Amino acid sequence: MNLTLKIWRQKDANDKGKMVDYKINDVSPDMSFLEMLDVLNNELIEKGEEPVAFDHDCREGICGSCSLYINGEAHGPDRGVTTCQLHMRMFKDGDTIFIEPFRAKAFPVIKDLVVDRTAFDRIQHAGGFISVNTSGNTIDANAIPINKEDADDAFSAATCIGCGACVATCKNSSAMLFVGAKVSQFALLPQGQVEATERVLNMVNQMDAEGFGNCTNTGACEVECPKGISLENIARMNREYLAASLKG
Amino acid sequence: MALDSKIPQGPLADKWTNYKNHIDLVNPANKRNIDVIVVGTGLAGGSAAATLAELGYNVKAFCFQDSPRRAHSIAAQGGINAAKNYQGDGDSTYRLFYDTVKGGDYRSREANVYRLAEVSTNIIDQCVAQGVPFAREYGGLLDNRSFGGVLVSRTFYAAGQTGQQLLLGAYSAMNRQIGRGKIKMYNRHEMLDVVKVDGKARGIITRNLITGEIERHSAHAVVLGTGGYGNVFFLSTNAMGSNVTAAWKAHKRGAFFANPCYTQIHPTCIPVSGDHQSKLTLMSESLRNDGRIWVPKHKKDVEAIRNKTLKPTQIAEEDRDYYLERRYPAFGNLVPRDVASRAAKERCDAGYGVNATGEAVYLDFAAAIERYGKEQAHVKGLDENDAALVKKLGQEVVKNKYGNLFQMYEKIVDENPYETPMMIYPAVHYTMGGIWVDYNLMTTVPGLYAIGEANFSDHGANRLGASALMQGLADGYFVLPYTIGDYLSDDIRTGPIPTDTKEFDEAEAEVRKNIDHLINNNGTHSVDYFHKRLGKIMWNKCGMARNAEDLKSAITEISELRAEFWKDVKVPGTANEFNEELAKAGRVADFLELGELFAKDALQREESAGGHFREEYQTPEGEAMRRKEFQYVSAWEYKGEPKDAVLHKEDLVYENIQVKERSYK
Repeated sequence: MNLTLKIWRQKDANDKGKMVDYKINDVSPDMSFLEMLDVLNNELIEKGEEPVAFDHDCREGICGSCSLYINGEAHGPDRGVTTCQLHMRMFKDGDTIFIEPFRAKAFPVIKDLVVDRTAFDRIQHAGGFISVNTSGNTIDANAIPINKEDADDAFSAATCIGCGACVATCKNSSAMLFVGAKVSQFALLPQGQVEATERVLNMVNQMDAEGFGNCTNTGACEVECPKGISLENIARMNREYLAASLKG
Repeated sequence: MALDSKIPQGPLADKWTNYKNHIDLVNPANKRNIDVIVVGTGLAGGSAAATLAELGYNVKAFCFQDSPRRAHSIAAQGGINAAKNYQGDGDSTYRLFYDTVKGGDYRSREANVYRLAEVSTNIIDQCVAQGVPFAREYGGLLDNRSFGGVLVSRTFYAAGQTGQQLLLGAYSAMNRQIGRGKIKMYNRHEMLDVVKVDGKARGIITRNLITGEIERHSAHAVVLGTGGYGNVFFLSTNAMGSNVTAAWKAHKRGAFFANPCYTQIHPTCIPVSGDHQSKLTLMSESLRNDGRIWVPKHKKDVEAIRNKTLKPTQIAEEDRDYYLERRYPAFGNLVPRDVASRAAKERCDAGYGVNATGEAVYLDFAAAIERYGKEQAHVKGLDENDAALVKKLGQEVVKNKYGNLFQMYEKIVDENPYETPMMIYPAVHYTMGGIWVDYNLMTTVPGLYAIGEANFSDHGANRLGASALMQGLADGYFVLPYTIGDYLSDDIRTGPIPTDTKEFDEAEAEVRKNIDHLINNNGTHSVDYFHKRLGKIMWNKCGMARNAEDLKSAITEISELRAEFWKDVKVPGTANEFNEELAKAGRVADFLELGELFAKDALQREESAGGHFREEYQTPEGEAMRRKEFQYVSAWEYKGEPKDAVLHKEDLVYENIQVKERSYK
């Protein structure tokens, strides 16, 4: 199929940036979206033009590097996938596709479609861990039996890949789905209880300091999340936060 | 230079304990005066950085990704082995050791493997304490499953995302230390050289991938946890950014490179769909617990499938060839990876491949769905003879176990694997070869360490499933933090290493020279153009089956391609900005050197062992034929060009295990 691409180009963080049109022909429906961009980039390079910069690495939907806003949706029109798992069979011959970076105040653009998501790392530095030394001299793993349902819920929360689609999708650029997932993973496990109060306060404070917006219960983040992280995690974080505030 | 593996004396089971009791330690106050650089933040690098920082060293950690959490360990699916014997099925440290040495086709070092098996149980305890959400049974205890090449269930897992959960565990341990200021984290930084001062590794040169700035970083020791080099094949299950550059630069600075030809070609990957393809996707080996591998017995059915006039579900049971169950009744579908891959290739070469290109076999879950469905119907007191109900219940069980993998398959191939068998084919996955290290995990350069997939030590010629995660975390959490202390105890009075010295000047100048050449070359073809050509040579001539003639021509072709690359590659943009093409060009330049050494090593090793299969050396049944005279590690010393590399041999001595024919029948 033949397509028109309208891609956000921005030289660096200080540049104003603009949309630029590109034509691409003979796109196979079996290509992934990023393979389509690879083809475009190779054509640009051989023509002596600058290729389009975008983040990507594992290309199997788990590293959380890729981050495009495609036709107004984080990771494009398919559900439950990252951009690298999006296939061109989702589009038709003659389509025009808009490709933009994940936009949020806390995610400044580095170049073209590449944004800086280190705010997520800093939230984790503030409390995304259990303070246990890595000596291996802990108790036997089976000495902590955990109800299967809680273990499964903790796992579901922990499958967040930290891509930032929730932030890009939210009209307030809120990071509450991301932070809620991390807080929930530990809140659901007995190992996480000891530091629960401090953890939620520190992580939420850092989230606010990074300039993420608040949650107004629209629920768009859950719809666009490639890993299907549930809104229940936000509710759980709010409960944890409230309990911690009352204690603190 | 003679290779000294520094294996401690004494009985195998006591070596590691005795060693730990007698090494020099650094006291906590002195650790504060010692700096350590860790390059790479996957399971090995991330766990090492966290542990070293926790011990009190000042750690600088580097990764090329935008966050340490995105290192490619994140993509490991199936699980992690540990000799916990929670299932009471006869597992033990010795059995894990034995399975690993045998699985590696008797080409790994006994003492290292035993240590790995010994610390494996600590890993599970540690990870659970950190909040890693492993799969559990209804009673609340940890669940296990089985992997290829073993007869026990010792694999711990978190659905099909075990690597992700373990890496997030290591990342959380790092976060705690980053928050305390004990790790200084450098994201989006690429290591471009090792700096040696007085023969010791004392620093690295990096490029900031956002600004292009070339930076100098010094330390008392340097640790490389930079992964494997599977991307030399262009198409592999590795991430797009996975590369050999750090390891190769270390090699050029004197670290011997061991067994480069030992590559794991994983049997269950989604087949190649076309020339546009950028990477291959793995379907976890855990699927072989429940999936049965087959091709049609008759050529007429193969034809009909390729013409799409017949569906695989329409082929009767007696017309299917479950070739692994036929050839290897004892292990069946759970033979080790090298054996399963070669068997798939054998069927496809014989004309039984089931996709358009003839390079695919079936992985079928129908039997498992029925088995689980009946079990569920029985448990719930429902009708076990209601086929539709049984299928529905069975599909739910399979979805619980492998849901994310099935979804991944459906998105890529556009077919529903709950209804029709998956199509799979082998693909490059893991490299057992790597930087040579001694028992301390130190390379032949004093103060330079290699851990995880970057080193060569534990998996011999073939790695067993769920052992990569085990090795990465064992090295990083429990081995290196001890062994490096023994070395650093000499550095308590050294003081900070200055970076304004001639050694750093020279290394930086060399890095800049290379970058300038690539940026100003103004050739005609993109980096990918050369990388794809290299990949084709590697796959066709150094892939699943190798022979002397092909390997010789590969050596010539790669060396010619390298010359062409330096003359004709085109890198757009400038050096002082975010420039992914420039980063890629540097990585491919190193792959073009490694590829030649790879072929040279494969040519020199006149035997078949594990993932290295030489057509000239096979048994009448087509199995790999090991040769006693090659029972050594090949460690190559850099001498300018790959063709001039000098071979050093470390003889492998087996005192605790009988070297036998490796049979899975």
